[in-house]
Amino acid sequence: MNISTIVFLLLSLMAVGSALMMIISKNPVHSVLWLILVFFAISGHYILLNAQFLAVVNIIVYAGAIMVLFLFVVMLMNLNADTEPIKNYRMQLVGICTGGTLLLLLVLITNRMDVEQLVETNAGNAGLIKNLGMVLFKQYVLPFEISSVLFLSAMIGAVVIGRKEEPIDQNPNS
Amino acid sequence: MSNTFNLVWLIPALPLLGFLVNGLGRKSLGKSASGFIGSAVVLGSFIFSIMTFMEVRQGHTGVVHFFDFLNVSGLKVAFSFQIDQLSSLFLLIITGVGFLIHVYSTAYMHDEEGKDFAKYFAYLNLFVFSMLLLVMGGNYLILFVGWEGVGLCSYLLIGYWYENNNYTDAAKKAFVMNRIGDLGFLLALFWLIGKTGSMEYGQVLQTATLSKLTAFDITGITLLMFVGATGKSAQIPLFTWLPDAMAGPTPVSALIHAATMVTAGIYLIARSNILFSSAIITQQVITIVGLATAFLAASIALKQNDIKKVLAYSTVSQLGFMFLALGTGNYVAAVFHVMTHAFFKALMFLGSGSVIHAMSGEQDIRNMGGLHKHMKITSITFLIGCLAISGIPGFSGFFSKDEILAGAFGYNTIVYAVALFTALMTAFYMFRLYIVTFTGKFRGTHDQEHHLHESPKAMTIPLIILAILSIIGGYIGIPEVLGGHHQLAAYLSPVIPQIHHHLSHETELILMGLSTLLVVCSITFAWIRFRNFKINHNHNSLASFLENKWYIDELYQFAVVKPIQKASSLFQLFLENRIIDGSVNGVGKLVNYGSRQLRLLQSGQVGAYVLLMVIGMLILFVIQFFVS
Amino acid sequence: MDIKAYIALSLVLFTIGIVGVLVRRNAIIIFLCVELMLNAVNLLLVAFSKMHALSPAAKASANFAGDAQIFVFFIMVVAAAEVSVGLAIIVMMFRNVHTVDINFLNRLKN
Repeated sequence: MNISTIVFLLLSLMAVGSALMMIISKNPVHSVLWLILVFFAISGHYILLNAQFLAVVNIIVYAGAIMVLFLFVVMLMNLNADTEPIKNYRMQLVGICTGGTLLLLLVLITNRMDVEQLVETNAGNAGLIKNLGMVLFKQYVLPFEISSVLFLSAMIGAVVIGRKEEPIDQNPNS
Repeated sequence: MSNTFNLVWLIPALPLLGFLVNGLGRKSLGKSASGFIGSAVVLGSFIFSIMTFMEVRQGHTGVVHFFDFLNVSGLKVAFSFQIDQLSSLFLLIITGVGFLIHVYSTAYMHDEEGKDFAKYFAYLNLFVFSMLLLVMGGNYLILFVGWEGVGLCSYLLIGYWYENNNYTDAAKKAFVMNRIGDLGFLLALFWLIGKTGSMEYGQVLQTATLSKLTAFDITGITLLMFVGATGKSAQIPLFTWLPDAMAGPTPVSALIHAATMVTAGIYLIARSNILFSSAIITQQVITIVGLATAFLAASIALKQNDIKKVLAYSTVSQLGFMFLALGTGNYVAAVFHVMTHAFFKALMFLGSGSVIHAMSGEQDIRNMGGLHKHMKITSITFLIGCLAISGIPGFSGFFSKDEILAGAFGYNTIVYAVALFTALMTAFYMFRLYIVTFTGKFRGTHDQEHHLHESPKAMTIPLIILAILSIIGGYIGIPEVLGGHHQLAAYLSPVIPQIHHHLSHETELILMGLSTLLVVCSITFAWIRFRNFKINHNHNSLASFLENKWYIDELYQFAVVKPIQKASSLFQLFLENRIIDGSVNGVGKLVNYGSRQLRLLQSGQVGAYVLLMVIGMLILFVIQFFVS
Repeated sequence: MDIKAYIALSLVLFTIGIVGVLVRRNAIIIFLCVELMLNAVNLLLVAFSKMHALSPAAKASANFAGDAQIFVFFIMVVAAAEVSVGLAIIVMMFRNVHTVDINFLNRLKN
């Protein structure tokens, strides 16, 4: 049991625990905060795997921007634990059972693989920003450019959807 | 095979053509045209039948094959005609007598409207076609096709005046009783196919085939065939339809219910004589049933007052005689009696039609009398018919009836005694009919008296021809004891093996003399009794028992009809309404319920849809990784 | 580290996300769970990339194992765009119905 394994276990525990708390807690703000904790755990995993670039980008983009946006919307709607709607107990049970079955199934499926592959940790060139940049701008430059179009359309879409409606013209003669 | 056999298909085809022309063109053809067409096609068939008869007489018989009717695995049935002595004889009877009746009908039915007139001839031609198929068929299936066809035409023609409910009820009764017999016949056919695998006469009616059947098989098949014959030929218990069938026009009664359709049962048994000769039990049954029917019907005829009903019961009685002959193994005598009976019974029916025509529709003999003065031809020909049926020597009925009685004597003395007594009753009621109708004083109304006249030539000429046949028709069967060669038996011997009488010549002569003497006594007794007939109203119990037909119709109503009606109303209540309707409606309700439940699935709730999506994904995973 | 550990971890996080979608009624929380699912997948992809980095073929080219991480990069891009549009929709819904309860979205009924 070397230190990588211990760190891995700790981080996994943190991730899973935070995820569970996220879906359990009644207050939406709490849920968002728990999810941010999950992201931190996952970034920790990335660092363990020496995917430095992704670790940092995960924090900046996901935890920093997206979750903040979520918080904005939650605050905007003034949601808190009192106004939180709760699903029917039976339906919750059904959901949990379905999820449990799915987990069991997927674990069973993936366990059949006779792969004894190992993962490179703490070292490796693959995650270094220099190498990633080379791959990105040499082989994947087209998707990179197109993603800018994607962002543009997302922005326009968000603005259009979020617009307040104009008042209908009352006087037909003008 | 000679050329005539190639033309043999015309014999049934011509009446079929007549049926189509008259049936389809009934609104446009005039009365004389449709009458002419109807009669001409039967005449054409008669001519071809004579040609065929000549061929067969020289010894040329055979099977004319047309096409394969049924060809399924294990069973091959051909549409073929069997031309031999038996079928050619029946052909002559059917087409000859049929032609005369068609001519008679052109005058008798002339009061009908044009399209009803043509309809009548169409049905009559269809009947002739079916009957010809029946006797010419080369296997039991074609026979059955004709069998059903004549049943159908009988129904159509009995209910010809369809606006009268009583007539249509009588037609339905005839059809249903026929059907009961047909069931027996069909069962016999199925049994036959099951055991021998074929229905062709050439294959079934061989002694080699018989060895394949057990005694139980033969007895069963023949008994069931006899049940079929009972329905068609009006024997006990399926005979009550025939008197009711007098609701149809008189020529129909003459053709169908005297000369042809009712003889189909006898034809069937005569054709299958090999089978019946091996089935002793069946023969005993046939003898007893035939004898009982003959006696019963004759006793009822003693007290009937409708001229056609007397003749109807007389027909049933004579058919009983024919079955008696079949039961005692005397097939030739039965066929002989078929022929002579066709002549004199058709004669008497047509004569009665002439009387009814003259009496403007009156059929009750108590209102007739003294008609001899006004309708000489009818009266004389009718008298000839009565003499023939009574068995007076010199007339055709004498030879055929005596042969039956001789066969009965050789079989069993008691049977002979009952049969002889029935023959005496026959003479008695026939002469009662003649005397009351034609002699004495007229008892009807004045208007009827004024209207009395002899019938037109189209009606009297067939009467004369049939009267001549009733006299000379017997001479083809003169038995050896009287010096003849019994040409009929010799003619039929390839089909019906000749049996040799056990009786000595002296016994036969004594029997003949005895029966003649007793018949003359019976006629004299009738003359004395009915000479000055006055309507009397005292009914003793025996008389009313006979007059009410032994209450057999009422018995059937009580024992058969009412239980069936009760059963069907019970079925209506339980099976029909509760179970069948319930299940059909139940299916509808189930669909309704199911769709209502399914509708709840479309709740519109997004959450439910997502759940279903996940479950679907689960199932797909399972199928993908664990099942295949 | 065994790849199976990473697979297991990723699966657990993924199913927690699914359970969250099925159990909660608040649209925003459901959206959060979707993000959780995406991240579970990202983690697995990075683990695979490192797995391939250890395979013999990686010795040949320098950047053999980087493809999966580029993929993760793009997933993040798409997630960002998707979140912005999705939240705009949720805000629209809130403006009309004054609640984010998904039980109110039953216009597809019948």
